[in-house]
Amino acid sequence: MGLTGLDIFKQLPKTNCKDCGQATCLAFAMQIAAGKAGLDGCPHVSSAAKEALEAASAPPVALVKIGTGEKEIQLGNETVLFRHDKRFEHPTAITISVNDTEDVAAKVQAVNKLVFDRVGMLFSVNMVAVINASGDAAKFADAVKTAQENTEFPLALCTEDAAAMGAALEVAGSKKPLIYAATAANYEAMAELAKKYECPLAVKGADINELADLSEKVSALGCKQLILDSGAREVNKMLADQTQIRRLAINKRFRPFGYPTIAIVTSEDPVQAVLDASVYISKYAGVVVLSTADPAEILPLITLRLNIYTDPQKPIAVESKLYAVGEPGPDAPVFVTTNFSLTYFCVQGDVEAARIPAYILPVDSDGTSVLTAWAAGKLTPDSITELIKKSGIEDKVNHKKLILPGGVAVLSGKLAEISGWEVLVGPYDSGGIPSFLKQRWV
Amino acid sequence: MAVNIVKDSYKSKVVEITVGTEANAIKIGGDSTLPFLHFEGEMPNKQVLCLEVFDMVPEGWPENLTAAYEGVMSDPVAWAKKCVEYGADMVALRLMSAHPDNSDTSPEDAAKTAKAVADAISVPMIVVGCGVEEKDAKVLEAVAEALAGKTCILGNATNENFKSITGACMVYGHSVVSQSPLDINLAKQMNILMTEMGLPNERIVMDPLSGAVGYGIEYAYSIMERARLGALMGDKMLGNPVIAYVGQETWKAKESKASVEEFPEWGEQAKRSILWEVVTACTLAQAGAAIFVLRHPESLKQLRVHFAKMMESNAY
Repeated sequence: MGLTGLDIFKQLPKTNCKDCGQATCLAFAMQIAAGKAGLDGCPHVSSAAKEALEAASAPPVALVKIGTGEKEIQLGNETVLFRHDKRFEHPTAITISVNDTEDVAAKVQAVNKLVFDRVGMLFSVNMVAVINASGDAAKFADAVKTAQENTEFPLALCTEDAAAMGAALEVAGSKKPLIYAATAANYEAMAELAKKYECPLAVKGADINELADLSEKVSALGCKQLILDSGAREVNKMLADQTQIRRLAINKRFRPFGYPTIAIVTSEDPVQAVLDASVYISKYAGVVVLSTADPAEILPLITLRLNIYTDPQKPIAVESKLYAVGEPGPDAPVFVTTNFSLTYFCVQGDVEAARIPAYILPVDSDGTSVLTAWAAGKLTPDSITELIKKSGIEDKVNHKKLILPGGVAVLSGKLAEISGWEVLVGPYDSGGIPSFLKQRWV
Repeated sequence: MAVNIVKDSYKSKVVEITVGTEANAIKIGGDSTLPFLHFEGEMPNKQVLCLEVFDMVPEGWPENLTAAYEGVMSDPVAWAKKCVEYGADMVALRLMSAHPDNSDTSPEDAAKTAKAVADAISVPMIVVGCGVEEKDAKVLEAVAEALAGKTCILGNATNENFKSITGACMVYGHSVVSQSPLDINLAKQMNILMTEMGLPNERIVMDPLSGAVGYGIEYAYSIMERARLGALMGDKMLGNPVIAYVGQETWKAKESKASVEEFPEWGEQAKRSILWEVVTACTLAQAGAAIFVLRHPESLKQLRVHFAKMMESNAY
């Protein structure tokens, strides 16, 4: 929610001294509102006014960072309740927990393997939460040490015992783990530790009211990198709390809730646990903690997260170049499609299903589908011919036959003329590729 | 500190439709809030969980799916009874054999199958054509007549064939699935055209054509959310309950079918395939879908548990 020029003008000195380079204070205010000038352009503005304006122009949900280096996690900066209003910014951090009573090294190594290829990119879980299930401080510090030695992922250190947290931070504090959690009973000591090690701090209330209270107290102690836990563990209550926290932060500018959240999955049935986590991914959770490291359970969550956090205005595209499916020889069929990743991977999947090695040429359509690209003039005989020349396909195969999507059969005549290739019109739906190849190619 | 709970107030709600007859009737929709936000409105009716029956043996199903229907897959009546045994709220009969590439079953024969299934089961039915628009227009007209008085949902009516399907459903008292390809404006236009023919608004179910997780679910998710927001803000032509053909989409995904030998990093196929189906359904429910057409009975069982939890009040 941006400030209007008038809101800003009210906080200015109103001297019209022109020191900022603008004709009047109001003109200066309008420049700031448009993002063309900064408040520091005015040397006379009071510090109280500065603070008020900075607070008002701060993002409704603070950006919080966990961990260091390549695997650092960024959360927050969210501005909408529905992805179609703009987009969701920072994908939910999927976190796998390990108790200090189990084989920490083995579990962490299983977590490391949770990396999946989706639409040509690698996606993984993001964090390991070490839980002080034993209640023993030395054992906890040991487990944290083992976890740290076995994974590159940032850690969340989970204990409400400040002494145990202190011991664990001596081991892991330099890598900026998430401290979980400050409660009504321990928040002063936990805030102290978070400041000492400059780590993000999770704040856990018994309910949403206590959470607001604690968040305010901890922030008054100087901790501004917070993660919120409303204490809810049942999926229906969690949905309500997540909605309230996001709504209050964005629509009401309620500062105590202006931070990302953490959702802890407690369902014992593995399928129910995945369903709970799915709800949290769709509905605003910054961090979701699960105890499973089974790839069959994590893959749907990683995929769902990718889908929900895709920018609705920017389709995902693959690079426009020659792709080989299997190990195609010089007789292999050549398919033309567009570089919209959903389109490309449908075609690729169906060509794979046909079990005939082949080449695919996705034309650069700015990530739009076949019919969209055709309607927008991005899938044309010229663009296809250009890709044929550029891709080097002419050196790979000993024939000159292209297979065109059935939906754009109308392009075939002109394409044959311009490219000099024989054009076969394929099926309308890529699902028909296997039978098409059987009947028309082999 | 007591937080001031933000409750949005809406001026309208989702249309409530009724299917089935007398004791077996089911009500769908009627929500006056965003999905599962019981603190600011009502969700008077449960999510409807359906299982799918084919009038011919479908191809390409993985073994853990066919195993659930062993011995009944060549007999739609027995198959439908099995679905009821598994706890389906409705049976969705798909008249796939009517497809010209399959056995091109005549509308009369397809209608006979539909009648036989409807007579054998106690729960209401959804009857879906083969997907070829001209053929479906004829098949569904015959089905509508054969199932007169049973108050079913017939579909899918598209821009090409909605006139004959809508007409038949008006005469014989069925509801219609109005299908549009992932576009909120087309969805609305379909509803306007169908109501202009005289079909009551409370006899329309919307299908914006969803994809599975990983296959475009985010498009359907946002369209369903927009339709629900529209409905709550008072747009009568977007206020119809939404159907999601979840099973149809998820069981063709590679993630549901591929063996663990092919993709060792993906884990066990039987588990993964169920999760693909339930996660897709649960996510679309968050966007507002009310009717879920599933394939695996285990998915139905798990979703029943999940939705029961989501329907418990979370009022403050």
